Parts: sequence; C-alpha cells; structure tokens
Amino acid sequence: MKTQETTSRPDNTAFTQQRLPAWQPVLSAGIVIPGFLFIGLAFIGIGIGLFITSQSIQVLERDYTGTGSSSACSNCVSSNISCFCQLNFSLSALFPGPVFFYYGLSNYYQNVRKYGVSRDDEQLWGDVSKSPCSTCGPYQYSQNMTIAPCGAIANSMFNDSFTLYQLVNMTKKTVPLDGKGIAWWTDYSIKFRNPTEVYGSLAAAFNGTVKPVNWAKPVYDLDPSNPANNGFLNQDFLVWMRTAALPDFWKLYRRINAGDYVSGLPAGNYTLEIQYNYPVADFGRKSVIFTNVAWMGARNSFLGIAYLVMGFLCVVMSMVMLIVYAKFNTPGEDS
Amino acid sequence: MESLRSIQHRCQQLLPEMGRGWSSSSAAPLAKSISGNQDSPAHKFSGKRRTVIARYGPYKDEYCTITKGYQGNRIRTTKYTLISFIPMNLFEQFHRAANLYFLFLVLLNWVPVVEAFQKEITMIPLVVVLSVIAFKDAMEDYNRYCFDKMINNKVTKVYSGKQQRYVEQQWKDICVGDFVLLSCNEMIPADMVLLHSSNPDGVCRIETSNLDGETNLKQKQVVKGVAWQGFEVSPEAFQRRIECESPNNDLNCFRGFLEHPNRTRVGLHNENLLLRSCTIRNTDSVVGIVVYAGHETKAMKNNSGPRYKRSKLERRVNVDVLWSLAMLLFMCFSAAIGHGMWLSDLKNAPFLIPDGTSPSLAGFYLFWTMIIVLQVLIPISLYVSIEIVKLGQIYFIQNDVDFYDERSTLGMQCRALNITEDLGQIQYVFSDKTGTLTENKMVFRRCSIAGVEYPHEDNGEPDSGVSDCSSTHFSTSRREVHVILITNNQEEIWYCSHQEKDVIPDPQLLLKLNQLSSAEPLLQDGAGDEPQEIPYIVDFFLAMTLCNTVVVSLPGLSQYPMSEFPQMAMKPLENMKLLFQRLSATRSISSRSESKVAAYSPSNFTQKLFSRAKESVPLSDMSQVETEEAEGLQVTAPKPELSEKGAQALATPQAGPCRLDAESEALVYAAESPDEAALVHAARAYQCTLWARNSDQVLVELPGLGRLAVHLLHVLPFDSFRKRMSVVVRHPLTGQVVVYTKGADSVIMDLTAPLTEGSKAAAKLKYIKEQTQRHLDEYGREGLRTLCVATKVMEETEYSMWLKNHMYAETSIENQEEKLLESANKLETNLTLLGATGIVDRLQEDVPETIEALQGAGMHVWVLTGDKQETAVNIACSCRLLRSSDKLLTINCESKEACEALLLQLSRIVAEAKDNDVGGPSGHTLIIDGRSLELALQGNLEKAFLDLAQHCRAVICCRSTPLQKSQVVQLVRDRLGVMTLAIGDGANDVSMIQVADVGVGISGQEGMQAVMSSDFAISRFKHLHKLLLVHGHWCYTRLANMTLYFFYKNVAYVNLLFWYQFYCGFSGSTMTNYWVLIFFNLLFTSAPPLLYGILDRDVSADILQHLPVLYQAGQLSQAYLPSTFWYTMLDALYQSLICFFVPYFAYSGSDISVFSFGTPINTSALFIILLHQVIQSHTLTRMHGMVLVGSALFYFVFILIFSATCTTCNSPANPLAVDIRHMKDPLFYCVTALTTALALLPRVLCISIKNSIHPTDLVKAAQLDKLDPEKRQRGIQRWRSTLTHGKSLATVTVADGDPRED
Repeated sequence: MKTQETTSRPDNTAFTQQRLPAWQPVLSAGIVIPGFLFIGLAFIGIGIGLFITSQSIQVLERDYTGTGSSSACSNCVSSNISCFCQLNFSLSALFPGPVFFYYGLSNYYQNVRKYGVSRDDEQLWGDVSKSPCSTCGPYQYSQNMTIAPCGAIANSMFNDSFTLYQLVNMTKKTVPLDGKGIAWWTDYSIKFRNPTEVYGSLAAAFNGTVKPVNWAKPVYDLDPSNPANNGFLNQDFLVWMRTAALPDFWKLYRRINAGDYVSGLPAGNYTLEIQYNYPVADFGRKSVIFTNVAWMGARNSFLGIAYLVMGFLCVVMSMVMLIVYAKFNTPGEDS
Repeated sequence: MESLRSIQHRCQQLLPEMGRGWSSSSAAPLAKSISGNQDSPAHKFSGKRRTVIARYGPYKDEYCTITKGYQGNRIRTTKYTLISFIPMNLFEQFHRAANLYFLFLVLLNWVPVVEAFQKEITMIPLVVVLSVIAFKDAMEDYNRYCFDKMINNKVTKVYSGKQQRYVEQQWKDICVGDFVLLSCNEMIPADMVLLHSSNPDGVCRIETSNLDGETNLKQKQVVKGVAWQGFEVSPEAFQRRIECESPNNDLNCFRGFLEHPNRTRVGLHNENLLLRSCTIRNTDSVVGIVVYAGHETKAMKNNSGPRYKRSKLERRVNVDVLWSLAMLLFMCFSAAIGHGMWLSDLKNAPFLIPDGTSPSLAGFYLFWTMIIVLQVLIPISLYVSIEIVKLGQIYFIQNDVDFYDERSTLGMQCRALNITEDLGQIQYVFSDKTGTLTENKMVFRRCSIAGVEYPHEDNGEPDSGVSDCSSTHFSTSRREVHVILITNNQEEIWYCSHQEKDVIPDPQLLLKLNQLSSAEPLLQDGAGDEPQEIPYIVDFFLAMTLCNTVVVSLPGLSQYPMSEFPQMAMKPLENMKLLFQRLSATRSISSRSESKVAAYSPSNFTQKLFSRAKESVPLSDMSQVETEEAEGLQVTAPKPELSEKGAQALATPQAGPCRLDAESEALVYAAESPDEAALVHAARAYQCTLWARNSDQVLVELPGLGRLAVHLLHVLPFDSFRKRMSVVVRHPLTGQVVVYTKGADSVIMDLTAPLTEGSKAAAKLKYIKEQTQRHLDEYGREGLRTLCVATKVMEETEYSMWLKNHMYAETSIENQEEKLLESANKLETNLTLLGATGIVDRLQEDVPETIEALQGAGMHVWVLTGDKQETAVNIACSCRLLRSSDKLLTINCESKEACEALLLQLSRIVAEAKDNDVGGPSGHTLIIDGRSLELALQGNLEKAFLDLAQHCRAVICCRSTPLQKSQVVQLVRDRLGVMTLAIGDGANDVSMIQVADVGVGISGQEGMQAVMSSDFAISRFKHLHKLLLVHGHWCYTRLANMTLYFFYKNVAYVNLLFWYQFYCGFSGSTMTNYWVLIFFNLLFTSAPPLLYGILDRDVSADILQHLPVLYQAGQLSQAYLPSTFWYTMLDALYQSLICFFVPYFAYSGSDISVFSFGTPINTSALFIILLHQVIQSHTLTRMHGMVLVGSALFYFVFILIFSATCTTCNSPANPLAVDIRHMKDPLFYCVTALTTALALLPRVLCISIKNSIHPTDLVKAAQLDKLDPEKRQRGIQRWRSTLTHGKSLATVTVADGDPRED
C-alpha cells in the first residue's frame, strides 16, 4: 500500500549511512608547521631563482614622446605631417642577444570595452566581401565602400617606424631588424587570412574596399619590402590587433638576430631614427625598449621578490606556530 | 494504491479548498429550499447543497439538468497539458524573483548602449536554470499523468441503463447518480451512499488506510429504511432523491437526507457514506449511489501538498543577499563615476570611439553595463543549489537505517522539503505525552469495582517472557550504532507487540466472577449489609464489552455468524436475573425511579424459563448446584466448599468455553482507540468475550452464562467534548433498558446521581464513590490512564421520550451536532458508578535517554498533555524529565488574580535560586494545569508566565486542550523568538505541530493526522535523538557553510572583474572571455559546493549522539552569524585582491594581451576557490576528491579546447592559442602558484591558530573523532563527566529546598 521507500528498510551501505571513509583535516598548529616550513623553503628557492634570472635581464628604455624641450622628438610633437627625429644612446658593454625591440605606449587603453570589440574577426579571416559587423562602427564604411580592415583597433594602428644605426667610426651602420616572427604563429597561420588573391594580385583581392581613414597606405601595401608580409598577415598589424591587457604596455617591434648582432648589441653609440607619425602627447607617452628575455619573459623583479617575501612569511609563520604549539597543545589530551 | 495517495497529494494544489459552508449558512434559505425541493430542481443552485437522483431512474429527464454542474469521476492532477506546458511552466517559473532577475539582465543586455556581452551569452544561465527546472517539472507531471491514467482506467461494475445490468466500466466514466456494485477487497471509485450490503444486517466494513493510514475496519451502514433486499437488481426503480452537502473536505462529516417518493425523509450520516479510495472488507458485495465523483470526492479534496516553510537560515540568507545587492550597486555606482571622470580627462585618444555622448551619460550607461558584468555577485545559483542540497540531505535522512522501525516497517519521512537545517537549531521542544513518549499501546493494569480494588499485578510489567523478544530487538537495533551505551539500563522498558493483549486475570476477581457459574451463593447476601458485588462486577464487564465501537472480525469469516447462536438459558442466568432486578431496585433509590422489577419480570415467567433451562442444560457442572426459589430473596447459608469450587472453575473451565477458547483467541478486535481495545481484551481474559457486533445486536459471552445476544438500542459515540461514550442496550438478563457510559473520571464523577443521605443503599453508593475516587487518585499517581464506568437503568417511558427526541436530532440537518450533544447530555445523567479502570501505557524505549540528550543539548523540553496532573508528573519522572533533585513549581489556580500572584511568587523563587546558583542550569520544573494555563495565556499574564517558564528546566502542561497546546507553542515561538519543535502523534497535536517551526509527527496508533500535518514523520520518540542531534546538526552546519561558501565564491570572483575596471577606464570590459566567465559559476565551481552541502560531516554521528552539548553550536547559529558573513566577505575581498594584483604586477609593463592576462587570474581563482573549499571541508571522501579534481580538469579541458578551436567566435579578441601558450610558459605556473598560496595563507593561518589556542567544542569533537575507538570512548567519557560534574554542582545548590511539593 505504501510507497516502496517507506516500507522497505533503507540500504545499510556506507554511502547512505554517511559512513564513507574520509580524511578529516583539522587545521591546527601541529599539522601546519611542517606544511608552512616546506612551502616557505620552496618559495624561497623559487624566489631566488626568479630574482637572479630577472636581474640578469637588461632593459634599455627611451621615451620619445617629445613633450618637454630637452627630450628627443620634441620637434615632432606639434607637427601634423610626418616628421623624422633621432634618438641617440650608447652602450658601455655588450647588450647580450637575442635583443628584442619593443615600442611602448602608456596610458593607452586598448582594453576599453567598445574599442576592444571594434573589429570583425570574420573579415580578418579573409572575408572582405561581406559587410563588416556592427561592432566596427563608426569605422565600417568610407566613401560608401567597406573599410578593410574595419573597426577602431585597426584604424588606430601604431604607425611610427624605426631604423637603428650603430655609429661605427662616425659612419652609420644599419642594424638589421627582423620583422618576421614577431606575431604569434597561430595569428598568421590560423586566425588571420588574406582574401584569395586574384590573378596573383593581393591588391585585386581587396578590390571594393578602402583603407582605414587614419592609414596612409592600404592594407595590401603595408610592407613594400616583403610581399608576403602584407594584407591581414602583416605582422606589425597582427601585433597591434592583439590588444593589450593593461593601459601601459609594450608591443614587439623587431628582433635583432642577424649579422653582427646575433650575440647582442656590442658596446658603442647608436642612433635610432624615428618616423614620428603617431600622436599620443595629449594623453600618454611612447617609448622604445631594447631588452633581452629569459625563460620567464621580460624583466620583472616583482615576482622574485614576492616569492621571497612569501617564503619568509611562511617560515616565520611556522616559527610562530611552533610557539603556539608549545604553549597551547595541552599535553595528555589522549593519554 | 500509492499512486492514489500521491495523486491526492497533488490534487489539492489544483483545487482551491472549498469553504465548508454548510453549518455556517443561515437557516432561512435552507428551510426554504428543503420545502421547495420537490417542486423544482432549481434549488441545486442555491450553492450549499446538491441533489442526487439515479441516472437511469424514473427521473431520467431531470437528471441532466440536475447533474449538469457535477464533475465526473475522471481525475486530472497534472499541472500542464502537452500544449500548455511551455507557456504555463515559464509563467510559473517567472514567479520566482531569482528568475526575474535573470530575465531582467537578459533584457538589459539587449539594450545597445549598455550591452556588455554578446546578446546570446547572457541568456545561457537563464536558459540553463529554466530548462533544468522545466525538465524536473515535466518529469513530475508526466508521472502524475501516468498515475492519473492508471487510476482513471481502473475497472468497476456500474449499472448500465442500456443493458439493464451491471457492466464493467472504467472509473473515469462514472457519473454522479450511477449505481456501483463493489465486491470484497475492491477499491471504492467515488464517494457513494451505501444502499445495499450483502451482509444481512445491512452493514459493510471498509478499510481507510489509503485515506488516513488507519488500518482498522470502519463500519458503514446501509441507509436506514432502504434495506430492500434484491434492490440492486433494479436501480431503475429508485425513486428517491438524495439531498446532501456540497462537496467539502471534511472526512468525518456527511450530512443530508434521502427522500422517499412519499416525502418521508431519512437522515444520512457519515456511516452511510463510502469514501473514494477506501477498500471494502469483510463484505461480499455492496451497492451504492455515487454522490460525489472525481475531484469532488472527499478524499481528493482532503490532501494538501508538501508544506512550504521558510527556515531560519534562509531568512538570514535573504538578508545577506540584500547586502550583496547593496555591494553590487555600490560597485556599479563607483564604476559609473570612475568612467565619467576618466572620460572627461581624455582628449584626442585614438582608443575612444567618438559617439557624442557626454561623460556623465556614458557613466549612466556604464552603471547598467556593470550590473550585467557583475551579475554573479547576486548568488542566484545559490537558491537552486540550496534546493538541490536539501534534496540530498533529505535523501540521507530518509535513508538512515537507524530511523527504520522493525515493527511498523516504517522509516523516516520528510514531508517538508526545505527546513532540514531548522532541525539543527531547535531551542524548545514541545512534546505530547500519550503515544509520543509512551507506546500508546494500552494494557489493562488495575480496576476498581464497587469500591474494591483488583491490582492485576502481573499485567503491564515486562516479565521474563519478554526478555528473549526484547533482546533480539535490542541487538538488531544496536548493530548499526557501534556504541556501547553508558547509561544504566534499569529503566529501559521493552515491549513486545504480542504481549499487550495478554491480560493475566486477577485471581480474586476471577474467583468472584466465576461465582456466576456456581450461582448458589449469589443470592445469599441480598438482605444483608454486604454489598451486592456480583451484579456490579457483571455490569462492569458488560460495560467493558458493550460500551465501545470495537469491530470484531474472525480471520476467514467476515463476521461471527450471529444467527447461529441460540440463547442459552441456564440456571445461573435466572439467578442473575433476579439478582439484577434486586440490584436495580436498590439503585433506583438514588435515581428516583421506583422499582420496576415486578412489572417487567413476572415470577411465573421466570419460573418457566428456569425449569426449562434446568432440563436443557444438564451438561454443565453447575447443574449440581441446588436450585433456588425463583423469587430467591432469602438468604441461604454459604457452602463451605465455595472457594474450592471457584478455584475448580478457574482451573477447569466448562466444556463450552473450552471449546471456544481457540476460536476466541482468533478473534481480531479493531478499535478506534487503544484504550477500548485494552478493555475488550481485558474482558476477554475474564471470558467475557465480545463475539460479534452489528448495528443492533452485540453477541457477548459471560462466564457461566454462555453467549447472549444483547440488543443494542443506541450508541452515542465518543467525542472529545463530552469525553465519554455511551451505549443504550436492552439488558440481556433483566430486559430493562440500560445505559452504559464510560469516560474520563472527572466527567463521569460529575454525572453520577446526587446522593440522598440516610438510606443504607445511599451510604453504600457514597462509599463506592469515595473508594473509587481514592483508587483513581492512586492510579493517577502511578501514571495509569483512568476511565470510569457507570450505568443507569431507564424506564420504558423515559426511554421512549428520549428516543423520540433523539430521532429528531439525528434527522435534522441544521445544528445537528448541537442537538445530538444535547440529546446525549440528557441521557447521560443520574448514573450509577460501577467502577474504574487503570490502563498502563508504557514508555517507549529510550525515552529517558532521548529526553536527557535533548536537555543536554540545551533544549527546553515541555510536555503538553491532556492527562491529569498526577499521571503527567509520574510519566515525567519516569522519563527523567523530572529528576529527584528538581524543585517542583505547581500552578493550579482558579482566578486571574491568584494566578498572577502565584506567577510572581514563583518567579521570585526561581530568581532567588538563580542568584544563589553559580551559573548552572536551574533545576526547577513548572507544572501547570489547563485552567491555569488558560488564565496565564491571557494578555497581561503572558509575560510573567514566560519569564517563569523560560527559567525552568522543564515545563509540564497537563489537562490542556489542543487549542491550548498550539497557543503555548505560538506564544513561546513569537514572544521569545526561539526555534520551536512540536512532536505528537494524534489528531489533538495537529494544531501544535502546524504552529511550531518544525512539526514532527509520530506515525503511531492514532492514525495519520499528525503525520499528515507534520514536516517530519518518525516512528518512535527516540528517533528524535538522532534526527536533531545528528541530522539536524549536520544539515544546519552543511547548509550554513555551503551558503557562506557561495557568497564567498561569488564575491571573490566578481571582485576580480571589478579590480580590472580600474585598468580599463571603468569601461566594463573583462579580461576573461565570456564563456569562461559564464561557465565559471555554472559549471566549473558548481558541483563541489553541492557535494560539500550534502556530504560534509564536521563531527561523526557517534560523537554527536554522545555529546549533546555539541548541538548548541547550531542553536546559537554559530556557523552563520552576521559576523561570520562579514569575515567571509573580508576574506573574499582579500583573496580577490591577491588574485588580481599578483598577476597584475607580474605582467605589468609587458606585452601581455587581454586574455593572456585573464588566464592566470582565472586559473588561480579556480584553484583558490576549490582549495578554499578543501580548507573549509571537515571531511574529504573519495567523492570529494573526484569532484574537485574533476572540476579543475573540466576547466582546463574546456579552456584548452576552446583556445585550440575557436577561430572566429567570441569577439573582441578570441582566445585562440592563448591558453595553450600559457601551458608552456613557466611564468604562468609561477604566478598561479604564488597567487593561490598567498590568497589562502591568512585563512589557513587564522584557522590553525584559532584551533590551537581556543578550539571550539566542534573542533575538539572532530579531534576526538580521529582517535581510535578506545581512546575516543575515554575522551567522550571524560568530556561528559566534566559536563555532569558542573551540572551536579549546580543542582546541589538548588535542591536545598523541598525537592517535591505538590
């Protein structure tokens, strides 16, 4: 008459009777002392490693925004047309390679929500014939034609360019800059695609589109020196399109890994020739950075110090716990 | 059949309860409609009543118009149909605030200026929640549909007009007015009026266990005057109309009348109604006419669905949800301001999209965007999770094998689904006594007849015969507990079900009774001063056998064949007759009526009878007894061998009874109350056997007199208002009309005839009354339940006058109850007291231990009982509610003023005792009777009463009515603001159970009403021990911890997004892709807290049971205080700061891209949140490990697959390759490890320092748990001894006064 559950005896299993074997961690001084000690020592070890590695990385950063009379490129701040300026620096010792050449922007919010979504991934995947999606607005159309690449990110692409010379015996020796391999492999092989070339011409493939309003050159003409580095696969473009997480960021410009500079930049004087196009003086600053990288990436002493602090903290805590344990662990608890 | 039950459950959800309007309707329209009902069918619309006529009867044409508004017998308990499911289910679901919040967010996201995510993505949580619940609803509804279909398609025999015979039809096709033919063991398809029964006496029996769980048989009666035999062949000739009430849900009341074509009316009562879903028993076939069908049947109207109560913890949670909302608004507001300020500072920034909105407007838009982005802060998933967790908790409670009762084969039943955690916070326990603390299995223990006490020493005591049975029970029940109980087992009373029927007769009484068979000494004492004991005894036993509503059945036979029994006329019968005539004469002195002996019983008639008896019954050894003169008033000398003969009669019963002994053993008595059954069984032990009963005859057997058919003239059933029941019979011996009344002693004593001074007989009566009262008091002190038995002889004229009155009362529809009551009161006056009975109701097993544990857990235990004070105090002593050291405070007062003064005085005593006491629990026990309680519950005394009561260790309210019980509970609950639990087993506890925060029903002997209205149903009182101390504690701790964890989890995670706003210009962007963001809460971190809420076990059941003091953590809500909430929030804030800023500093100034920055943060957050739970968990089983590792793996698998395959999904920058690159990057691991460790460090530190310096009781208990059993046992003992030591110190100081003052 009654339901099965009520008439039949419940199963007497460890699960239903809540007798499953279990580990019962009760945190107390006695237990955490060795744990803290272990973690503390491990962290100190890692911290030392990180700190030393970080210290071994060299960074050379030069601001060239041009605000302030003494700084480089002050001549270009107010000019509207493309302007050239020079930045000189000298190295007293070898700057070990491989050297990475970054440009840095500060107070530049690539992560603003509306800016960050202002792109069309499908267009960038090679589909230029479709109308760009609404997030690209107001950089969707120009002169009644589709903008390729559309959107605010592409439109605001960083367009300063740099040439590095070493002054050897008062002559400028061009330092070769490698512009390949600065973007992620997945970006130029999977995520971005050029539209199918028409009769071997990339320009024809972009037929029916116009360049972004702020650009000087169309997208298929970005790198005249290397036809393969054009269109959506241009690596400078790819680097720019990978939006930065924080308002002060670097972006990789070139690698120095060829010729006499494979082992790094030798001591000496250098001149960086800058084609100053990109206006940031109103809100932020821009700079160039030469650095070498280790397994942990660029130089960052924070992590090493944090590890060391944390490690010491744990060790100290284990000492404190030891005192607590000695004082409060009532003997004869389980005599 | 279970299906029926569950349907009845659900049915109520659909049908709003109809008002019970009949009695409240004014008399005038009713009278009119009664008079006018012959003329037109229009009256059926008068609302409060319905007319039923036969479907194929002579009024076929009228039938359609009359029954137009009546429902058919098809039932539909489903909520939805296939078409209406989606709209209706959505509609229902959007009644929940939580879902509305989701919907609001979804809609908000469709507003272009505030759009935060892709439009479709915000819908995911809503769609998931809606579809999960819709699926659950659909499954439930489908099950209901299947049950409905099964029920509707059941087949029964219904009269068909076309075929002129009964044909098989499905239940759903039955209409009001149909004739239904049912055979034995068939279920009743609809409510019908019984018109024919195959039993010659026109009764049938039904079992109502489907309805109320009572397994006894109820007798139903064919409508009076409609007992046409062979009627069932031609329902077409049924010309009567039935007028009855409109459908209502009152199972115990049915009123109406049946009108014959000649306009004579017969009243219809509850005994005429067969209720749907009951089962016909012991009757071959019955025919009834359907009056209510389908949803209008009483059974369908009588079911309420599961109850909804809001638990204390839930109320607390709602407050904190509001706090979360406040936090959300604050965060959104500050982000909005920040965005406005940030915008106004910028000019010519290439990353700004010019759209012409002013910074302040942009800030306003951002406010709403942020609400979408930070939506998770409101833990909507918390409500769904809490529901799931409670389901899991209920599963474990219901499956606890310790709650399984071998005898009743019943386990635990959770009827309320959402207050499991309240079990862990109970502060006051209100308990019924009978059936809750005691077995409610009555054993006849003592009786007093005519002022002489018969102690029946052997009854009701656990003797050696019980021990084997109890020991097996003991071992089985203990096997699962793994505990060696450290209590003295002296007071453990075991009980065996077969035993309570076996009454060992008192030798002295047996001897006296057996004089009936050896009748010669009977008449000897008539003239003397000696009390004529024998007639009293015989009357007493007759009352015991007759004055009840016990249904007798013999296995195999529906009823003992009454007709087979010729009246045996024997010599003792004659003697008895004389004796009784004489007795009634003496009694009549007090009852005003003069002796009617001569008038009714002419001596020559007796003489003839007598001589015939002498010839016809030579077989008994009584025949050797010398015959007396019929008039036999003179005294004969007592025979010397009298006692020998009595003993002989005891040892070797006569042939007749001997032959029947086995048969009478097989008789099954089904009684409405266990007291009745106890009395009938006791009478049978004296061979006064109740053999059969029908509506107008009772077959009884008296020792030496054989079986007598007693004409039953009337039964006035028991009701709680009158507190008595009566039968009117024609006396088998004297032929007089005799009333036997049995009831509560206080009532019967008042109803006895006033004593006239002077005469010997009066003095004798006075003596009897005094003696009986003395015995009653004694019984009360022993804790026995007392009943008084009285009788009265009625004159024929008096009887006929009363009868006329009574018939009128029975047939009246209005005020029927009052009239019946009045009529009963008229009959039950001027009674002659016969004696009293004392019935023992043994304590259930482990009751003292349970009460001790409850008190040890800091609960105030109140016993609310309808019993008298002495009985209540006695039981309280034996269940250790009262200890010998306790000081008794008794309140028995008549007036309000006295009551007030007494309350103040007692309060002073308690306060003084408290001042002297050094903080221990006060050892006072308050005892208050019903009348004083009523006074104390009046307005201005409430406070004084509560002040006193809350300082007493226990309170006993005796003689309290059901209403008072609920008033007391309500008072304590509302005025003291405490968590209350009421436990009871009977209908009188229902209101109390409903009022309390937690109602517990005991599925006992008194039907299922208490269980039906309860939140939790258990089968024994002792189960309360584990239910509260273990499951209550667990449920509370688990749920509180899980809820806190949920708050923590959401705040910790959402704050990460908030911190990011400071680095993205407060623009509402996130460093995580939306899928991970949405799934983080929905998938990656949802399962572990559920498991935590269902399975976590801070202290083992064993220890919780042995250390009730641990329960106090729950009472004080220690697991979830407002401060706990804010500490948790603080920790969440800290963790989120660490979790955001460690990666921030580690990556600041690098070329990190948006999602590359988000991954270490997310991953650390996942580890922190999962490991936080590990820290918080008290137990980690393999399942925990699996779920935790599974959650983490799921996260990694998801993000890796996502980052490997998503090429154009998820703008702005899809996470292609991001996470795969991270997995190869050692920096990622360094950052994650540091973040996780740093975030969890303070919590680990705080907990371990706190556990070391000042461990809570629970932590100490958990540490005990880790010891091996032997050491643990010692630890428990030591702990208990420290507790009891402190307590005993306290009681010593209090107990300096008189320990007992009644």
